[in-house]
Amino acid sequence: MVEQLAPMLVHGEIWTVKDLFVLPNEYVYWAIQIVLYPYMTGLVAGAFVLSSLYHVFGVEKLKEIARFALVFSFALLPVAMLPLLLHLMQPLRGINVLMTPHFTSAISAFGIVFMAYACIVAAEIWFVYREFIVSSIHRLSAKTDRSAYEGILLRIYKLISLGAMDTSKKALGADHKAVKFLAGLGIPVACFLHGYAGFIFGSVKANALWMTPLMPVIFICSAVVSGIALCIVCYYLFMGLRKWAARRGKNYFLPDGIAHGSSVVDYDHLRSVQEHEVKMTSKYLLIFMTLALTLEALDMIFRGYTAVKSWDILRNVLFEHDYVNIFILQYGIGNILPFIMLLIPGVTVRRAALASILVLFGVFMMRWNVVIGGQAFSLTFNGFMHYHMPIIPHDIETFKEGLGGALLVAVSPFVIFYFLNMIFPAFLVDKEEAHH
Amino acid sequence: MKRRDFLKSTAVFVSGAVVSMSALELLDPGEVLAQNPELRWGFLVDTLKCVGCGMCVKACKIENDIPLDANVTRTWVERYVITKDGKVNADTPKGALNGFTSKLIDQNASGMKKIPDEDITQAFFVPKLCNQCSTPACVQVCPVGATYQTADGVVLVDRTWCIGCGYCIMGCPYGVRFFHPVAKVADKCTFCYHRISNGGNSACAQACPFGARQIGNLRDPNDPVAKAVLNQRVGVLRAEYGTKPNVYYIGLSKEVH
Repeated sequence: MVEQLAPMLVHGEIWTVKDLFVLPNEYVYWAIQIVLYPYMTGLVAGAFVLSSLYHVFGVEKLKEIARFALVFSFALLPVAMLPLLLHLMQPLRGINVLMTPHFTSAISAFGIVFMAYACIVAAEIWFVYREFIVSSIHRLSAKTDRSAYEGILLRIYKLISLGAMDTSKKALGADHKAVKFLAGLGIPVACFLHGYAGFIFGSVKANALWMTPLMPVIFICSAVVSGIALCIVCYYLFMGLRKWAARRGKNYFLPDGIAHGSSVVDYDHLRSVQEHEVKMTSKYLLIFMTLALTLEALDMIFRGYTAVKSWDILRNVLFEHDYVNIFILQYGIGNILPFIMLLIPGVTVRRAALASILVLFGVFMMRWNVVIGGQAFSLTFNGFMHYHMPIIPHDIETFKEGLGGALLVAVSPFVIFYFLNMIFPAFLVDKEEAHH
Repeated sequence: MKRRDFLKSTAVFVSGAVVSMSALELLDPGEVLAQNPELRWGFLVDTLKCVGCGMCVKACKIENDIPLDANVTRTWVERYVITKDGKVNADTPKGALNGFTSKLIDQNASGMKKIPDEDITQAFFVPKLCNQCSTPACVQVCPVGATYQTADGVVLVDRTWCIGCGYCIMGCPYGVRFFHPVAKVADKCTFCYHRISNGGNSACAQACPFGARQIGNLRDPNDPVAKAVLNQRVGVLRAEYGTKPNVYYIGLSKEVH
């Protein structure tokens, strides 16, 4: 009688293929969305650290990309939460984490850390753009023939100026100090936000692959790597778009054209800025990549050398089951290749951008190999689970936990950035500097 | 009354009240009892008696509303077949819902494995269920406190509060947790808390025709389970995780984790 009933699919069953001896309740419960969660938080943290290099340590050469990185980090922020929500079986109860946080759990502090970080980034943006906001209010108020769009923009600016209209030298100096303080405060918080994502995995004692105290540090380093790489790629792409638009006089195409109040974006200037910034940033990318690679290698060597009980199955996962994912895609194409590309002298913007795309891919594969790889073997140590990401969704679950959900998460920051850029022009150049 | 005096006396009153209230808190009889309760549920599995009929799995699923056809289960039975070359072959088809009716070993994607009778040196069955750990990893990692430990040691899930993040499923070293296919929240064995709290037996123990499963009070020296744990050589699963499990096994073999 039992066998005649139609099979009822349980969560995870549809994308999990079990092999050999696997316990009945074991599935790949944490799928693509949990791969994206540390990936997106990593990008947020990394972009912020990049912007702080200028604001805190005064690396003048990173000035232009720093502002872009800050605004982009803010655009990425809401998206870092999205994969977690999409992954929940009861997404409407997600707020419970804030209502009854259970502090022995690594996830429970997420809401608090995340909010604190969001406040810091928002405050920093406010201080960075305060002068611009005030001048925009004056400029737009003075205009008699405001378009509907400019009217809305003026209202937004008036609202977010919070009534602070003082742009005297003293006030601007205070702004500057505040930016420096917030950027400095933001670095440990950004590292905490992401190191803490690493802790969520590293503290799962039931999982032999995840459990290592190095996990948070590895996550932080790869986060900075991915954040810088993303900034380089996006800076390259957006500047390319701007150059394209500038040459054809299609400035209306740019979201910040109206906020700037200027219709002229100089092609040659854009080109030189882009070259300079991308080349400088790629040097920092190299430094952090070395750090990340060293730590990951250390982790693997240590596991192999100590060779505790779980090593037999881990070795099997690393060198057979996931060999292509780990050594070819992650380390080969995602780490070594771009490393060499950046190391060869005479790096061009295009090469740096291409290397950064590979780095982004490599970090994504690292998250994949941690999250999916950690579930590739059974608690019995005698069986495997293969993950097959749902491509074509046929219900809400296969959409959320499949390619559709992944793309939704990947596209969202760019959409948010587009609109955010209308209010806070990320490619804003200081007036004195533009004249040089 | 001057403002200064008002503030002063308010401060004195509040601090005085806090001290006396905290004394009441310290002497809370409920907490005193919880620290040394008279009841601590434990479970005894006699693997020597288990024949792998799967009656326990069926009884559990029916009693606890886990869809019979869903490939998740609160309790299951594992079969171990060890061959002359020392190789361990293990399986648990559908958690042994229908028992072990074939000699073929279910290797999932690798198909069914046939082992010639003459190659087998020993074969046995091991029932598994939640260990109701004394320091449960699942309770530790739940971000909203939806899973909790009762005073008598059973770990339960609040179905109205669980957000379904799956962290407890990941945190459990025994793989006893899963998402309930209908309730869409984390689910696990409760030792049939609704039955044992009312003087009944757990469904699996009641359904076992051979007495391989027994539930009892570990704090009662006259309880058969407590006696067996004290007097016999019993083992627990995966002690290295430090979860202090409360399901004890008679005849545990080194192949079983």
